[in-house]
Amino acid sequence: MEWWYSLPPTAQVWIGGFLKGTLILIWGLLNFFVCLMLERKLSAWMQNRVGPWRVGLWGWIQPVADLLKLWVKEYIQPNNVDRWLYLIAPFIGFTTANLVWLIVPFGDKLIATDLEIGIIFIAAVTGYDVIATFMAGWGSNNKYSMLGAMRGAAQLISYEVTMVMSVIGVVMMAGSLRLSDIVLAQQERGLFGWFLFPQIIGFIVYLIASLAELNRAPFDLAEAEQELVAGHHTEYSGMRWAMFMLAEYIHLAAWSTIAASLFLGGWNGPTLGQVAAGLGNVLNGFGAFVNPVGTAVAGWGLSIMNSTVLNWIAGVFWLVLKTYFFVFLAMWIRWTLPRVRIDQLMDLGWKFLLPVSLFNIFLTGTLRYVAVTFDGLPVTIGSFTLRLLGWWL
Amino acid sequence: MERTRELLVNMGPQHPSTHGVLRLMIKLDGEQVTWCEPDIGYLHRCFEKLSEQKTYPQVIPYTDRTDYLAAMLNEQCYVEAVEKLFGDAIQVPERAQYIRVMMAELQRITSHLLALGSMAMDLGATTPFLYCWRDREKLYSLFERITGGRMLYNYFRIGGVRNDLPEGIIGTPQDGEDKSDKTIWGFINYFDSYVYPEWDALVTGNRIFQYRTKGIGVLTPEQAIAYSASGAVLRGSGVKWDLRKNLPYAVYDRLEFDIPVGSNGDCFDRWWVRQEEMKQSSRIVKQCLEWLAENPGPVMAKVPRVLKPPKGEVYHRIEGARGEVACYVVSDGGPNPYKVKWRSPAFTHLQLMPLLVPGHKIADIIAILGSIDVVLGEVDR
Repeated sequence: MEWWYSLPPTAQVWIGGFLKGTLILIWGLLNFFVCLMLERKLSAWMQNRVGPWRVGLWGWIQPVADLLKLWVKEYIQPNNVDRWLYLIAPFIGFTTANLVWLIVPFGDKLIATDLEIGIIFIAAVTGYDVIATFMAGWGSNNKYSMLGAMRGAAQLISYEVTMVMSVIGVVMMAGSLRLSDIVLAQQERGLFGWFLFPQIIGFIVYLIASLAELNRAPFDLAEAEQELVAGHHTEYSGMRWAMFMLAEYIHLAAWSTIAASLFLGGWNGPTLGQVAAGLGNVLNGFGAFVNPVGTAVAGWGLSIMNSTVLNWIAGVFWLVLKTYFFVFLAMWIRWTLPRVRIDQLMDLGWKFLLPVSLFNIFLTGTLRYVAVTFDGLPVTIGSFTLRLLGWWL
Repeated sequence: MERTRELLVNMGPQHPSTHGVLRLMIKLDGEQVTWCEPDIGYLHRCFEKLSEQKTYPQVIPYTDRTDYLAAMLNEQCYVEAVEKLFGDAIQVPERAQYIRVMMAELQRITSHLLALGSMAMDLGATTPFLYCWRDREKLYSLFERITGGRMLYNYFRIGGVRNDLPEGIIGTPQDGEDKSDKTIWGFINYFDSYVYPEWDALVTGNRIFQYRTKGIGVLTPEQAIAYSASGAVLRGSGVKWDLRKNLPYAVYDRLEFDIPVGSNGDCFDRWWVRQEEMKQSSRIVKQCLEWLAENPGPVMAKVPRVLKPPKGEVYHRIEGARGEVACYVVSDGGPNPYKVKWRSPAFTHLQLMPLLVPGHKIADIIAILGSIDVVLGEVDR
């Protein structure tokens, strides 16, 4: 690494940025590939079909064939479109989808940009996604596109509020907006302390809200095939249309990664170290290390989780596994449930999910205040100390 | 000065969920629909005029093509009308009557399966639609073995049916799921033990589905009668009227079955009525199968080579899959019908759209259209 540090800082920024950008694009496309194939295969299996089967081994090269086909297709541009909006929109959607990867921690220090305001960054990037949807809908000069765009904008904006509110509980627990800090906090708490458990309300709200954010069924109102033909991308063809599809699946994977990082311990797997740390923390009731056995077990568990290359690989593996758990969940829901109506969607968002997520903030705050003030309500039985509210410490 | 205007949207004739080639003109105030007008005629094939150039048996294949999802029910209507014209000259064997009823009820199941499947699809649930195709496929293979055709059969003849059931197709009441595509008993058992509960659990019991359909497109009993609705649309509104019970034809008076009736007249009730009707159809098929297994015999009456019904006119109506299918045949004593008029329930039901849709959201148009279950081949004929 000597030669790297000998480079001028400007060169470091540019070369590093270029490399990171390339890696993120490749990673995004890889995820698109896998997600698209999973979607097709899973939907086929759920529907008593076989799915793509011909191209490549078990049809797994199908997405490449699809993209090639779309690449050489004619670009049809309808009359009287708002030319710039129409042309730029797909690429904005694609870019914002990829931007989310910037702040995903794949391992300890294995992160493109460790932004201090990670969570806010996600919200901001999603804001751009609304713009892409609306540009496409407005620019296409099509009534269905326009309706889809209006729906999309209303939906994304209302659910963004809910989603950010549902994450605030996690931020309160970790005391930081930085994603790597959040994951590290979960690592210290061990397997059973992952924010999934103390933040179960926030987790469920986040799941529902992110489905709506992603425009996935049952909240795929902006596209709503049976009602609005294809919603905001009705008038797109060829690679421009493919850009929307790319964006959709990359977004899905990226969101799932964020969900895994926020609630399922990020790069931490149910490894020996995490289990030991978790067990130790449970013995201690997540408090100060009072129980000597717990302390020893947790300390040992944490000590075997260093930032080595091997752990990085393992971290990426676990993160991808969790990501695809969420991806699978989204697909399972998509191929099971009917679509909700726009007013029901708004009702669900504003009248149910938002109050619940606000309540979650209140609950987390209260429990955390009590836990911190009384040091986790310790109950001593002999030499063993259990801290009742330790989870929220 | 800019002012807000209502948005006129053309839904169709090419639209993912217009069930064929239907054009709906709608006016939108935001998401709210203020006006709706169906525009039909894209599938007109001159069925009625064409029939005047054909001999009586040659019309049967054309009836298949009106409501192509319930072809045999149309055949039954036309064939029975012509037999009525003949009066006592043609005595249809009892076995043929039972075969007709059984096939008609199986056809009703396929038709309702598709109606339910496409309505679920219209509401955004893709998987139930594919399940419906899977189950329909089993029935269609059975039809293929019996009639030789999968969709358009030309199986019912004036005076009976074309051929008797093939050897071994009836099966035994013990036939289970593994033999489902081999025997009719196998399918019926598969339907009762698997298909019906699955639909019930996957779609009818689904919370989102109920939210989407309950209270949507409410049709009061008075309106239903005034608009001459029939079939599941009428019964969904709570009017207990079924020609199989009220004006029994064929052998329906010897069979036991119930008429499911809804209470609110909304999309959900119409859906529910169809789902229950499938169950009643399976009951009827069982009784027919028991009868058919014990009573062999001829399936075709003695009819003359060239059919020349006596002068006269006849109006015959049966309970089709979508409602009352009726046929008005005028004979001038020649080999061709003087006039054939077809009453199609889907055409009648389509005029409910301007009544039911205004005031609802865009998404509800699709739900309502799915729940009144139109087949455009039948609307335009």
